[in-house]
Amino acid sequence: MKGNPVRSSHHHGVDQPATPTILPLALHEVCFEAAGRYLVDHISCVLEAQPYTVILGPNGAGKSLLLRLCHGLIRASSGSIRWHGMDVDAARRYQAMVFQRPVLLRRTVAANISYALRIHGVPRRQRPMLVGQALEQAGLGDLAGRPARLLSGGEQQRLALARAWVLKPQVLLLDEPTASLDPAATQAVETLLDQISKSGTKLIMTTHDLGQARRLADEVLFLHHGRLLEHGPAAEFFGRPKSKEAAAFLEGRLVW
Amino acid sequence: MDDFTAAFATALALIAGLDRDLMAIVSLSLMVSMAAVSLAAVCGLPLGAAVAVCRFPGRDLVGALLNAMMGLPPVVVGLALYVLLSRAGPLGELGLLYTPTAMVLAQCVLVTPIIAALTRQTIADLHAEYDEQLRSLGVGPWQTIGTLLWDGRFSLLTALMAGFGRASAEVGAVIIVGGNINHVTRVMTTTIALETSKGNLPLALGLGIILLLLTFMLNAAAMAVGNMAKRAYG
Repeated sequence: MKGNPVRSSHHHGVDQPATPTILPLALHEVCFEAAGRYLVDHISCVLEAQPYTVILGPNGAGKSLLLRLCHGLIRASSGSIRWHGMDVDAARRYQAMVFQRPVLLRRTVAANISYALRIHGVPRRQRPMLVGQALEQAGLGDLAGRPARLLSGGEQQRLALARAWVLKPQVLLLDEPTASLDPAATQAVETLLDQISKSGTKLIMTTHDLGQARRLADEVLFLHHGRLLEHGPAAEFFGRPKSKEAAAFLEGRLVW
Repeated sequence: MDDFTAAFATALALIAGLDRDLMAIVSLSLMVSMAAVSLAAVCGLPLGAAVAVCRFPGRDLVGALLNAMMGLPPVVVGLALYVLLSRAGPLGELGLLYTPTAMVLAQCVLVTPIIAALTRQTIADLHAEYDEQLRSLGVGPWQTIGTLLWDGRFSLLTALMAGFGRASAEVGAVIIVGGNINHVTRVMTTTIALETSKGNLPLALGLGIILLLLTFMLNAAAMAVGNMAKRAYG
């Protein structure tokens, strides 16, 4: 993928101009400052198109902020973030983001999906079929007519994922998507994430759950107090962490 | 006391018999207030939503102004409209003074700030919840306002009902611009004021009872809609 500036789009099977690829993502000396403190502290890294990046670290390490900075929801105080040369605002339409607490519209399950399609300019006639497919893939086919906000926590998060996936994003950003779910719901979400990943979407996920990171990660970024302490293949990170903070975190000790 | 009891009985008889004068007054009241609230909704809903969503210099000031204008003194609004609409005034040529249209305008001026202020609050809360998700999806500012108005529709209905309550219960502004002309601009509140001062208690009491009932039913309906919406949409 690297060095190939254009890839053809399979967006909804419609003939469309080729979509520019937005990977790799390059961060250079990115800082986010609030009240005189660096909550994200001079982070530089490059994320390639390989499948699964997990941003790991204790609560308050700056994981969510980093994700929001990359998605362009908040502005870096200094430094630069480029998606294959594109700025964060231009690149956002090739991404989707799912939040820790799913933000669902006060409408039916199906209407939540078709809303996203409408915003992305998918013609009205094509929407019902895509909505049906998306709900089937997420295992929500029977719930299409139900009010979205009355679903269980796990179903809500799967709906949020289905709504993100239906847009065929190149990159899906996930902010602790299972942090408030029980193990069964977490497993359903992880299964869905696996399907999304296999469909060719790159996943960048934050988590503080070590087990989840071990299960899913191809690549790990370890954050601590806003600083990027480690960045490497998952096997290497879990086998031989280089920093004492990561070692402590892996041993399950509380790190601050 | 006997006089009062008799007046009360006559009032109930008027209501039960669907007295023609009484019904004419009630229906004019409802039409004027519904027109006023519709017009105020067309102005107030987008205005309130825009103030909640858009960032512009002086936004807090506009919000504070809307809140302050909820308490506009009706008599002063009536007076201002009277000056505008009177024959010598800038809008005198329209010939609107002492017509139901003038009363609609007066109620609209009173109700628009109420609807706008309540809308601003509702939409601001909803926006806080939706903001990141909508920006992530790439929803533009106008689409955001539309989305929030739709998703807040049940709460906003309460705002409209509050506006209707204010419009239908108001007397000071409509009596000045409407003139309280029999069969033309006589609504429930102005009739009550006039008939009470004339000592014609049965009609005043009958209208008072109807006005109370309407207010009560309206609030009950608003609560029912709100509860239903909460059950249905969470």
